[in-house]
Amino acid sequence: MPERIMFTMGDVACAEGALSAGCRYFGGYPITPATEIAEWMSRRMPELGGAYVQYEDEIASITSVIGASWTGTKAMTATSGPGISLMQEAVGLAVMTETPLVIVNIMRGGPSTGQPTRGQQGDVMQAKWGSHGDYQIIALTPASVQEMFDQTVQAFNLAEQYRVPVFVLADETVGHMRERLVIPDEKDLKIVSRKKPTVSPEEYLPFKADEDLVPPMATFGSGYQFYATGLTHDERGYPSDKEHIQIELITRLSDKIRKNSDKIIDLERFQLDDADIAVIAYGTPSRSAKRAIRMAREEGIKVGLLRLKTVWPFPEKTIMDLAGEVKQIIVAEQNLGQVYHMVRAYTGTTPVRLMAKPAGMPQLPHEIFDVIKEVA
Amino acid sequence: MTAAEKVLTHPMAKYMRTDRLPWIYCPGCSIGIVTNMIARAIEKLDIDFEKIAIVSGIGCTGRVSGYFKTGTFHTTHGRSIAFAEGLKIANPELEVIVVSGDGDIAAIGGNHLIHACRRNIDITVVCVNNFNYGMTGGQFGPTTEHGRYTQTSPRPLGDIEWPFNLVKLAASSGATFVARWTAVQVRRATRSIERGIAHKGFSFIEIVGACPTSYGRSNQLGDGVAMHRHLLEVADIQNGLPPHEAELEYNSRIVCGEFVDIEKPEYTEVLREAQAKMQQQKRK
Repeated sequence: MPERIMFTMGDVACAEGALSAGCRYFGGYPITPATEIAEWMSRRMPELGGAYVQYEDEIASITSVIGASWTGTKAMTATSGPGISLMQEAVGLAVMTETPLVIVNIMRGGPSTGQPTRGQQGDVMQAKWGSHGDYQIIALTPASVQEMFDQTVQAFNLAEQYRVPVFVLADETVGHMRERLVIPDEKDLKIVSRKKPTVSPEEYLPFKADEDLVPPMATFGSGYQFYATGLTHDERGYPSDKEHIQIELITRLSDKIRKNSDKIIDLERFQLDDADIAVIAYGTPSRSAKRAIRMAREEGIKVGLLRLKTVWPFPEKTIMDLAGEVKQIIVAEQNLGQVYHMVRAYTGTTPVRLMAKPAGMPQLPHEIFDVIKEVA
Repeated sequence: MTAAEKVLTHPMAKYMRTDRLPWIYCPGCSIGIVTNMIARAIEKLDIDFEKIAIVSGIGCTGRVSGYFKTGTFHTTHGRSIAFAEGLKIANPELEVIVVSGDGDIAAIGGNHLIHACRRNIDITVVCVNNFNYGMTGGQFGPTTEHGRYTQTSPRPLGDIEWPFNLVKLAASSGATFVARWTAVQVRRATRSIERGIAHKGFSFIEIVGACPTSYGRSNQLGDGVAMHRHLLEVADIQNGLPPHEAELEYNSRIVCGEFVDIEKPEYTEVLREAQAKMQQQKRK
């Protein structure tokens, strides 16, 4: 399809991004503020020959998405905080069985039912540690309608490349804001699809990784035999309770992401080169931070922004380097401090100030500006 | 060749991952018989084994999938049907079979069971009902009879709850093929599994089985042989009986047979029609 231009909301941009990435299966359960993704999918999926399926709950939704992915279909679900909590067990299953899929979380106020129509960046740690056991995750944090599109495409590409579940972690404001969206011509989009087995079915070991730590993925009905299980398994997929099998498996699953983190991590540096003060932000607060930085620059304060377009894997090295370059760091988050604690782990003696706001509105530019002036 | 090397191969071994044997089941367990029924049903139908997907949840019966030599998936507890739905919808060419225990499918997975029945999606569910959670050591579950003793309904109380009748549950939720047999009615049960697989729509086949190690021991029901002999004695074949009359009283009467076999639009076919309609409208 040629380039299209829309004036639309982040949720719709996300759905369009998924469709452009080749997603042809959506399993979901309606929840504010992610509902518009489901609504858009219910119209667009049948047009493209894909399936929109509305399940009885979030657990069925994500589990069905795992099932759909094992047919070779690109698949996703979209939900919000309470729904994400229900999906966590299946996130672990997807990690353990190396199933590519995309989970969109339009974050709302919590805990519990919280504020359905208001935003909060409350699920950053849940995305990382929500399921049990040791694992790594990829989470993208778009800050605009265009990025909702672009990063959803990117999420599918990363999921396919590494055979992992990938989160699009957007706050409610990004999900619901309306902006200009440019959907590129199909041929201008870089689309990645998972590796298929190249050996014969007799030789195929479903969980034997190539050098890049990712095993080629067979599908149901393809003539390749496989047993996939959430249990610790060897290269054949057979369950094992041996210590070395567990250690090898979870180390490889983790290393797939850890050792490629430089390629996965996506950051934006804004006026940081000569900065004494660095603001670290992601999602909607990063937009307020940019405005606040412009205001501060007008007053001669040397301040810049490190915008995290991916929160997981965490950009440890960048933060460490940044701490050596600036005198002060401000973390602006729409919560009571989640990324703040991660930043503090890598900043040594450089002071870090948390600009927290767990309420429905993100930090406003003048609020961040005030904090910049305080620490300058 | 010495006599010791001469090993006869089981006729169904071609479908099984024999390199995984011996398997995990206790002596006297019915799950092996049910596995054999599924293999024989597939054989009889002569469907391409490579186009079959076998999915299970957690528990003793949940381990069945892993012994079949095709695409198989062992999901989280209770979620086998949800996984199977995604699979079937994304690739309707697949013949999707779910093998599951009563605790897995009627307790934690109960919601998915009733909704899959309601959708009438073309998957076949074979549920081995042994009245308890065997793998976790024999606790009461949603099919445990009132008053029965288990590890969590100890003497002198017994289970204070009342059981689901899975045939009634599946039939009233919209399943279009519903049958019940015991593990000893192998030929009849195998034929129902065959019919269930061939049936276009949601098929639910309950196989009442024995768990001598946990449930049998707690309730002094005897060993595997005794429990299976009992199943044969109390089985009351009533094909075509209205499903709401398909009673299950372990001690006295287990109504067996095929109770529902009706036609209703199947989910993935309806979905494909909807896609065609939407595409046609878009072209206008």
